[in-house]
Amino acid sequence: MQRLLASLRRDRRAAMIASLVLGVVLAVLPFVVGGALGNSWLRVLDFALLYIMLALGLNIVVGFAGLLDLGYIAFYAVGAYLYALLASPHFGLHLPVWLIIPAGAVLAGIFGVLLGAPTLRLRGDYLAIVTLGFGEIIRIFLNNLNAPVNITNGPQGISGIDPIRMGGISLARPIDFLGITVPSLHAYYYLFLALALLIVFVSIRLEDSRIGRAWVAIREDEIAAKACGINTRNIKLLAFAMGASFGGVAGGLFAGFQAFVSPESFSLMESVMVLCMVVLGGMGHIPGVILGGILLTVLPEFFRHSAGPLQVTLFGKVLLDPEALRMLLFGLALIAVMLYRPAGLWPSGTRRRELGSDAA
Amino acid sequence: MTVADSVLLEARNVDKRFGGVRALQAVSLTIRTGEIYGLIGPNGAGKTTFFNVLTGLYAPDGGTLLFAGAALAASSPHTAAARGIARTFQNIRLFANMTALENVMVGCHVRTRAGVLGAVLRDRRTRGEEEAIRRRAEELLHYVGIADRAHDLARYLPYGDQRRLEIARALATGPRLLALDEPAAGMNGTEREALRVLIEGIRKDGTTVLLIEHDVKLVMGLCDRVAVLDHGARICEDVPAVVQKDARVIEAYLGPGENVHA
Repeated sequence: MQRLLASLRRDRRAAMIASLVLGVVLAVLPFVVGGALGNSWLRVLDFALLYIMLALGLNIVVGFAGLLDLGYIAFYAVGAYLYALLASPHFGLHLPVWLIIPAGAVLAGIFGVLLGAPTLRLRGDYLAIVTLGFGEIIRIFLNNLNAPVNITNGPQGISGIDPIRMGGISLARPIDFLGITVPSLHAYYYLFLALALLIVFVSIRLEDSRIGRAWVAIREDEIAAKACGINTRNIKLLAFAMGASFGGVAGGLFAGFQAFVSPESFSLMESVMVLCMVVLGGMGHIPGVILGGILLTVLPEFFRHSAGPLQVTLFGKVLLDPEALRMLLFGLALIAVMLYRPAGLWPSGTRRRELGSDAA
Repeated sequence: MTVADSVLLEARNVDKRFGGVRALQAVSLTIRTGEIYGLIGPNGAGKTTFFNVLTGLYAPDGGTLLFAGAALAASSPHTAAARGIARTFQNIRLFANMTALENVMVGCHVRTRAGVLGAVLRDRRTRGEEEAIRRRAEELLHYVGIADRAHDLARYLPYGDQRRLEIARALATGPRLLALDEPAAGMNGTEREALRVLIEGIRKDGTTVLLIEHDVKLVMGLCDRVAVLDHGARICEDVPAVVQKDARVIEAYLGPGENVHA
């Protein structure tokens, strides 16, 4: 794989062809998946894209800057609730999506700074505990801000959220486009894909920049980074803000897609899942993180669908609850990866560096 | 050395305490522009503490530091770097999982400006700046003599090259004063000689050098002036020939009285 990528880097024409093929695959993917496996898998695909955005956001904080964040899902919640409050019957507001999504990114970024500021001096385990607490605080606030003034509607959540509309067209209904009918799930897929690609693009650009190098320098040795003249306070806050803003975007899309948000979507388990995507895929390596996001969205769904029937065919009855089995296998997979591939499934290769990754 | 040499760094009665330990006691010393200044002393004399105060890692408990005529802000390493003080560390602190080239490119951080927007949009100014950073980093690797290792991860470099890389990274911050904390530690004779030539070259190219070193021979051969610390106090500051004969220095190194009969 590494060798293939290296040769693609050397040969511009091969790289062009490869990206063209990838583009075609991504474009027809929803039709293939929807046609062969049905709509439930198409939803999984849409969610995979959301999780890729989340994983890439967390990757900036954990992978690049080396700041362990266990409350990342809070920023997803901020984006989702902002969308829910500004585009639903709850307050009777129906602001357009092009306003809410950027606002969600900004607000989540501000929350990122709010989390970052008091934790600047913390690292490792201590930082993890504080961020975990932050994630829980946000969730508990969402759960309880229904009295005395009803803001979040508490545990019932907010329903009837406006679907995402682009140019007056709602993505919740099939769209007729040049004589082709694009079903709703497909339309969401293309929107999520576009934003995921944007986030991939921003991540790649940031990684290979003065800011990206400063993040990695802080991860590698904070004292040396300071001695090099890096204002570690600002650069860390920037990492928190950037990472959070990606989460905010994904959250807004999630709210519009689901038409419903409630605090239980933003539990600690979700933070852990996103962290697992980053760690399992390959911390700090963008393709690895994307792979992690896809695997950890698709594989659990696969088990959910196949564990029950498989047991029936093998043993004649369901011995283990598929949900329990799913967690069991997930745990096993995590242990196996950490034992045999501690740097993740697709870590950034030193080989790549030795070949000189002069991205001209 | 003429009297007209201007003062680059002046420390006046710098104090630093850690609980009951007085790590620095009213240390005063003067480093002139363009010289190689040695700071020596037995283990635990406070040399590295002075470095840490100088580079903003510790805030002094008393006294003042004047750099190029203006006071140094207390306790912020990045502003010290911005003012033009660069350092290396006694126990090498490289960015282990970055390449040698990237290590030096990080050193350029303080003299460059590109932010998030520039990084994402990669406008012409950012591209030009990145190009300049890369060129400068390559030059510096060449300057310290490890250009052929540019794309190796820092942690795979041999020990001597790691020391050189740390110097290159420090030089990338564009310092007026380069502070080296025991750069020759663990080096063999040939490596030491090469290091001596490198430090001479750095001085010749206009950077003032402050050197902490245990190897007295290296210090005496290289430094224009030397200060000796003992138990947190500066006991001597002069040219090497005088320092070598100073009774308090001999006592600090050999213990009281023994030198008489030795």
